[in-house]
Amino acid sequence: MKKLFASLGLALALLSPGMTLAQDAAAPAPAPAAEAVVVETPAVEAVAVEEVAAPAAEAAPAAEAAPVAAPTPNKGDTTWMLTATILVIMMSIPGLALFYGGLVRSKNMLSVLMQVFTIFALISVLWVVYGYSLAFTPGNAFFGGFDRVLLKGIFDPTTNGVANAATFSKGVYIPEFAFVAFQATFAAITVALIVGAFAERMKFSAVLLFSTLWFTFAYIPMAHMVWFWPGPDAITDQAAYDAAMASSGYLFAKGALDFAGGTVVHINAAIAGLVGAFVIGKRVGYGKEPMTPHSLTMTMIGASLLWVGWFGFNAGSALEAGGTATLAFVNTLAATAAATLTWMLAEWMIKGKPSMLGAVSGAVAGLVAITPACGWVGVGGALIIGALAGVICLWGVNGLKKLLGADDALDVFGIHGIGGILGALLTGVFNSWSLGGAGIPDYVNNTFVTTEIGTQLWIQAQAVGVALLWSGVVAFICYKVVDLIVGLRVPEESEREGLDVTQHGERAYSM
Amino acid sequence: MKFVTAIIKPFKLDEVREALSAIGVTGLTVTEVKGFGRQKGHTELYRGAEYVVDFLPKVKVEVAIKAELLERVIEAIEKAANTGKIGDGKIFVTSLEQVVRIRTGESGPDAL
Repeated sequence: MKKLFASLGLALALLSPGMTLAQDAAAPAPAPAAEAVVVETPAVEAVAVEEVAAPAAEAAPAAEAAPVAAPTPNKGDTTWMLTATILVIMMSIPGLALFYGGLVRSKNMLSVLMQVFTIFALISVLWVVYGYSLAFTPGNAFFGGFDRVLLKGIFDPTTNGVANAATFSKGVYIPEFAFVAFQATFAAITVALIVGAFAERMKFSAVLLFSTLWFTFAYIPMAHMVWFWPGPDAITDQAAYDAAMASSGYLFAKGALDFAGGTVVHINAAIAGLVGAFVIGKRVGYGKEPMTPHSLTMTMIGASLLWVGWFGFNAGSALEAGGTATLAFVNTLAATAAATLTWMLAEWMIKGKPSMLGAVSGAVAGLVAITPACGWVGVGGALIIGALAGVICLWGVNGLKKLLGADDALDVFGIHGIGGILGALLTGVFNSWSLGGAGIPDYVNNTFVTTEIGTQLWIQAQAVGVALLWSGVVAFICYKVVDLIVGLRVPEESEREGLDVTQHGERAYSM
Repeated sequence: MKFVTAIIKPFKLDEVREALSAIGVTGLTVTEVKGFGRQKGHTELYRGAEYVVDFLPKVKVEVAIKAELLERVIEAIEKAANTGKIGDGKIFVTSLEQVVRIRTGESGPDAL
C-alpha cells in the first residue's frame, strides 16, 4: 500500500510547478515497473549477445546540444511532420471518439466523447510539462530525465531558433517542436484507447486520475524503452554504436522493431484496458440486457477518420518525407484493406452475414497490426499481416473474449491487444529480406542488413512480454489507487440512467 | 360511428392511405409502434454478441368513420396492406361513442 501512495505522490509532484520537487522525487520513479522487468532480464541477456548489428525502431532523439553550426531542417520534412501530426490529432478527435461513441448505448454517447476529448487535452498538457522530457531525453533504460521539462531549451528567444531533433538518417533533422507535437498525439491517443474497455460505467473523475497515473508510469517508460535513442549521427564505429545503445531505451537497445507503436501504443493500451475491465467489473445487465451499438453510422465515420489519420501515424513515424514514409504509407493502405476483407469474409462464412461493424472492425484490426511493421516489411508481408489480423482479431472478439470472461465493452483487447501482438511478432518475421522485408540500417557501416527471422522473432516476443507485464502491473496498481481515492465506478442507479446525464448533465440527442 | 385500428407493415402505409382516400376517408392518425406476434423477431450480431430482437417495427393506423363505411374501409385496408406473408398485421374495430371537432364544436357524425 505504501508503494501505491508513493507512486501517487510522485505523480502529484510531477504535476506541480515546483520543478526541484519533481526532480527530487525522480529517483524512485521506476520502482513499481522495475519489478516487472527483472523477471525478463536473464532470458534477455542471453539473446543480446547473439544480436546482430544496428537495431532501429522509432527514433527518440535528444536534441542536439546546439553546437557550432546547427544544420537547417528540410522544409519538406518539417511540413510533412506537421501534417502527420494533424492527421494523428484527427484520429483521436473526432476519429476514435466517434468510433467508440457509436458502439455504446445512446445514454452514454457523450460520456465516451467527453472522455476521449478530455484525455486528449489532459495528456497534451502533461506531455509538454513533463511527459516529453521523461520519455525522450537521456536517463536510464526505462525513464528519461528532466532536461526538457516544460520543453525548456528547445526554443532560443535570442535567435528565435528551434533545436533540432534527429531522425533515422544521418544528417537529417526536423525541428524538435515538430517531434514533440508528433509524439504528443501518440501519447494522447494511447491513453484514449483504454476508455473503450471500461466504457459505460466508470466515473469521469476516475478516468482522469487513472489517465494521469497510467500515462506517467506506463506510457512514458514504454515510449522511452522502445523509442529513445541518441540518434544516428554519432555512430561512426562499433564503439560509438555500443555507446549509443548503452544510452538508449531498454527495448531499443535490444533491437526490438516497432515502427509506429505496436507495443508502445496498442499492446500497452489494450492490456491496461483488459485489466480495467476485470478490476471494474461487468456493466449492469451485461449478458442479460441488450447492449447494442446506438449508431454504427458514427462508428463507420470514426473508423474512416482513423484509417485516414493512420497514414500520418504510420508514415509520419519515418520522421522524414522519404522512401520509408511512402513504404509505410502503402503498407498501411494494403494491410488495412486486406484485413477489412478477411474479417468480413470470415464473418460472412461463420455467422451468415457480412456486417458493417465487421468491416470497420477488420479495418481497425489491420491498422493496428501493420503499425509496428509498416516501415519494416514489404507490401507482400503487409498483405499477409493484414489478412491474418482480420481473422485472428475476429477470434479475439469472439472465442477469446468468452474465454477471458471480462466485459471489455468495446473490445479494446480483442482488437488492439491481439492485433498489436500479432503485428509485433510478424514484424520480426517479415522484416527479413528473404520475405521481402526492409531489413534494418547498419549505422556503423552505413548500409542495410537483413534480420534473422528466429532471432528477431524472439526479440519481438520479449518486447511484447515486457509491454504486457509492465503495463498490466502498472494499470492494476493505478486502478486500485484510483479506487481508493475517488472510487472507480458510478452507482448502479447512475449507470442505468446513463453517464451522459449523471456525469455530465446533458444528453447527446434530444428527439 | 366506428373506430378502426389497423396494425400494418411500415412500408404499406402509403398504399393504405391512398386506398382509404379513394373511398372517402379524409383523415387518419399514424403511430410508429413495435409489436410481437406470429412473425417472431430476428437476431442481430454485433462482433461477438448476439441479440434476439423480439419486437418488430409496425405502423398503427387509426381512423374514425361512419358506421356505414365500415365494410369498405376494412376491405380497403385488407387489400392494400396484404403481402400474403406472416406479419401483415391486424384490423381492430370498436364502436365510437362521441366525436368533437375542437375548432367548431360540432359533434357526432358531423365532426367526422
